[in-house]
Amino acid sequence: MPADHYKEFALRTLRLAACALMFAGGQSAWAEGQPASDPGLAPTVAADLALEADVMELSHKLRCLVCQNQSIAESNAPLAVDLRDQVREQLAAGNSKQDVIDYVVARYGDFVLYQPPFRASTAVLWVGPALLLFGGAGWLAWRLRRRQEEVAADHGLSAAERERARVLLAGADEAAPKSESPESRS
Amino acid sequence: MIPELGHFALILALVLSLVQGIVPLVGASRNSMALMAVGRPAAQGQFFFILFSYVCLTWAFVTSDFSVQLAASNSHSATPLMYKITGVWGNHEGSLLLWAMSLSLWTVAVTVFSRHLPEAFMARVLGVLGWVSVGFISFTLVTSNPFDRLLPAVAEGRDLNPLLQDPGMIIHPPLLYMGYVGFSVAFAFAIAALLSGRLDAAWARWSRPWTTVAWVFLTAGIAVGSGWAYYELGWGGWWFWDPVENASFMPWLLGTALIHSLAVTEKRGAFRSWTVLLAIAAFSMSLLGTFLVRSGVITSVHAFATDPKRGLYILALLVLVIGFSLMLYAMRANKLMGGGSFALVSRETSLLGNNVLLTVASASVLLGTLYPLFLDALNLGKISVGPPYFEAVFVPLMTPVVVLMMFGPFLRWKDDDFVAAARKVAPAFVASILIGIGAAMAVDHLTWRTALGLFLAAWVVLASIQLLYGRLKERAGASVGSRLRSITASWWGMWLAHLGIGVFIIGVTMVGSLDQHLDVKMQEGQRAELAGYTFTFRGAIDADGPNYDAARGIIDVTRNGRAIATLTPEKRLYWAQGMPMTEASIDIGPFRDVYVSLGEQLETGAWIVSLYYKPFISWIWLGCTLMGLGGLFAAADRRYRRLAERDAKVGAGRSVAGAA
Amino acid sequence: MKAKFLVPLLLFFALAAFLGFGLTLNPREVPSPLIGKPAPEFTLARLDQPEQRFALEEMRGEVWLLNVWASWCVACREEHPVLVRMAQQKLVPIVGLNYKEVRGDGALNVRGMALDTETDLAIQRARRWLTDHGDPYVLSVLDIDGRVGIDFGVYGVPETFLIDREGKIRYKHIGPITPEVLKQVLLPKIEEVRRAG
Repeated sequence: MPADHYKEFALRTLRLAACALMFAGGQSAWAEGQPASDPGLAPTVAADLALEADVMELSHKLRCLVCQNQSIAESNAPLAVDLRDQVREQLAAGNSKQDVIDYVVARYGDFVLYQPPFRASTAVLWVGPALLLFGGAGWLAWRLRRRQEEVAADHGLSAAERERARVLLAGADEAAPKSESPESRS
Repeated sequence: MIPELGHFALILALVLSLVQGIVPLVGASRNSMALMAVGRPAAQGQFFFILFSYVCLTWAFVTSDFSVQLAASNSHSATPLMYKITGVWGNHEGSLLLWAMSLSLWTVAVTVFSRHLPEAFMARVLGVLGWVSVGFISFTLVTSNPFDRLLPAVAEGRDLNPLLQDPGMIIHPPLLYMGYVGFSVAFAFAIAALLSGRLDAAWARWSRPWTTVAWVFLTAGIAVGSGWAYYELGWGGWWFWDPVENASFMPWLLGTALIHSLAVTEKRGAFRSWTVLLAIAAFSMSLLGTFLVRSGVITSVHAFATDPKRGLYILALLVLVIGFSLMLYAMRANKLMGGGSFALVSRETSLLGNNVLLTVASASVLLGTLYPLFLDALNLGKISVGPPYFEAVFVPLMTPVVVLMMFGPFLRWKDDDFVAAARKVAPAFVASILIGIGAAMAVDHLTWRTALGLFLAAWVVLASIQLLYGRLKERAGASVGSRLRSITASWWGMWLAHLGIGVFIIGVTMVGSLDQHLDVKMQEGQRAELAGYTFTFRGAIDADGPNYDAARGIIDVTRNGRAIATLTPEKRLYWAQGMPMTEASIDIGPFRDVYVSLGEQLETGAWIVSLYYKPFISWIWLGCTLMGLGGLFAAADRRYRRLAERDAKVGAGRSVAGAA
Repeated sequence: MKAKFLVPLLLFFALAAFLGFGLTLNPREVPSPLIGKPAPEFTLARLDQPEQRFALEEMRGEVWLLNVWASWCVACREEHPVLVRMAQQKLVPIVGLNYKEVRGDGALNVRGMALDTETDLAIQRARRWLTDHGDPYVLSVLDIDGRVGIDFGVYGVPETFLIDREGKIRYKHIGPITPEVLKQVLLPKIEEVRRAG
């Protein structure tokens, strides 16, 4: 036992040292290799674990219509259970995930999809973040560039001198003080 | 009688909030010290009356006075005392009172801790806070009176929602509200600065510690709420992108941007217009969140009972507060231009870049949250926007934030050389990429998302180490102790909070990639295996509580024959609402949680048991804790107190000069 | 004041307008994608004569209502008197879809119950309910497992479908039919469908 313990410890330390993160992943290997029919081993609820994983993955993407802010995977409302059964039945019958999604959408509409489909009415939703990002980046670039010009224009002149120059250049008109009024620079 | 006293106290608080909203502002505009001085006692008196009112409401809950409608709907005579007390805020009316109380508490804190502020500035801050308070107290009194009587009284209450009968729920709402409402202080400082026209960097310095503390509360509130979801909902989910979660997350993102923007404004005098706008926006998001939760425009698991009248009132409030602020901003913002100059490659630029990214992230969350409403309003159909959308959008937006977040601190203020800085961080950056891919392969889960997450985490950790090392090297020759002491608290705050993000990313990535789950039907004595752990079912016993019946499963967890823990998940049935609840049992470990919840009993006598293996999940909250600690360090920096004293002297001198 | 500083204000006002409009909408009501499409085919056992089956075909050529109900459904009790009055006035034929009579009742444990036993129990419960509250239906059919309900996109009981002469679904009402709903929404819709076909 101590030897085992030591080995495990060494293994763990090794893995932790390698990247501090590996320890968890190696464990799935230990789950395998159980005796097939051991009476002491509790049976799984799902008959087919691979199928069940698919069912749950798909169910997480479908919104329950009864308690509306849960997926049908999380909800225990009767309708959610029925729909999960439908998903399972159809996947077991060999239908593709897209088939199952189409089946549910045909009956309940786009509302059930947590990931809204891309179409004209959702274009802004899907493109919006990218537009915001480019808009934001563009604005930033523009601001910085303008600042650089201001900084460049700054050279050799004190704020007061620059203000006087600006007034001279603009003529004597009473334009609102531009961005670089002296009292705003502290 | 006591409920009526509470109601009356709340009316008095409203009157005082009106006084606080009007008199100091008039005083500030007429430069009358006497009028300005009314602000503090009005704020303190208001707090006293709200507190009194709140205690009265709590009294109705604790004594099970079911002639009070709210207690009858949200309490039960058999409910444990703790949950009678917390039941006060487990509903719309009571939580609104808590909202008003925390606003008033913040106001009092400002009157106590910011005594050094120039009198006129303080008067304006209190005036603004007074008006916000008027809005919320009148909202409570007009549409949501918590003291409404139920006549004739009922014999027994309907009890607090069992989901909320949990220690996490004791602290989650107060923390969250302190955070939400705390941004009102940053907001009030910004508005006061706009009103006074005193738009130099001083207000940024005054408002920084307040903003940081509010941000710490919000961070803690969100983290506790997510922790609650993790163990209370019975299947280990911790974030759902529910509209109400988003409502707390949007102000957090903007608040994070604001903290950084304030730093630049204070230190360098730059970004002033942007900082003011962010301060307004962060508080606006808090108000918007309040609207979303309480108006019923959006369905959410968290939403309170809805009433269009309430929605309309709070929308009017929203339009008044935000509309007025943005109007004021539009009128004064041109005075905010300019400030300290900086070069293209500088700390300022990196902070501004992160600000833009955080704002875009926040706007994207807002877009996703409200898009179903937009489509519905335009009659273009009903859709749902859920986790798949937010994850698809959020990860690409946050990746540059995290990269830039660790690059920025290597840059000098004002001007730096990009090539030199890039060369400095290149080894850490390249190593992080290699570690990211290598670690993803090592855990046998080489997807781009896992590799990206682990790369970002490695980048944060390595760059943090390099930053600290560089900082310590600056004073070569001095002892390590004195070198450590020479680092300011605010630097440690920055360092810890950023490191916290890295730790958080490790948790999110690992649990997202590698968690395992198995549902089994267990007879007494049977065992199940998951992720190297053996779960042996020792049977179920009765474990009835004060207001519920329960069955408690006993499950031994071993690993390679070594005992790890005995877990005791429960299945409860709360009497009053007939609501079944699962109470998960978790063995928390530094590198994994083992999580077990009990399902129903089958007719064969077996129990359905859900087993979960959640690698690194506690790192999510460890990361949040580091972020919160970082905030506390930053807020506690001695510099603020020193500068405060200096400001006080300057302020005193100035008012003397003004009087002369 | 520069125009660009007004942008946040204008954006906010646009947002507020949407939020205000949102207050008038019901986010819980999900429109059916089946409107304008042929009603899903089904044949189900009749409640009055369980050995006989009813198919959609039998209503061809009529404008009629398919009303989803169950004895455990609380909101059905609210609309039932309205349905009974409609039947008395012979406004429109109503076919009842008795939805998950036994397994939909949360108070009952049906785990391990044989389908025959469940069907017998369903018939007994549903008949008793109609005897107690009146029977407005031309006939009712038994959707024991809720499968036909799913085909119709049922997510809450009661729901009512308006079906035209060709068997197309023309309108769906979610929730109880109140006298106001009947007068202001349902009857005009029925008239419209009758005139059209």
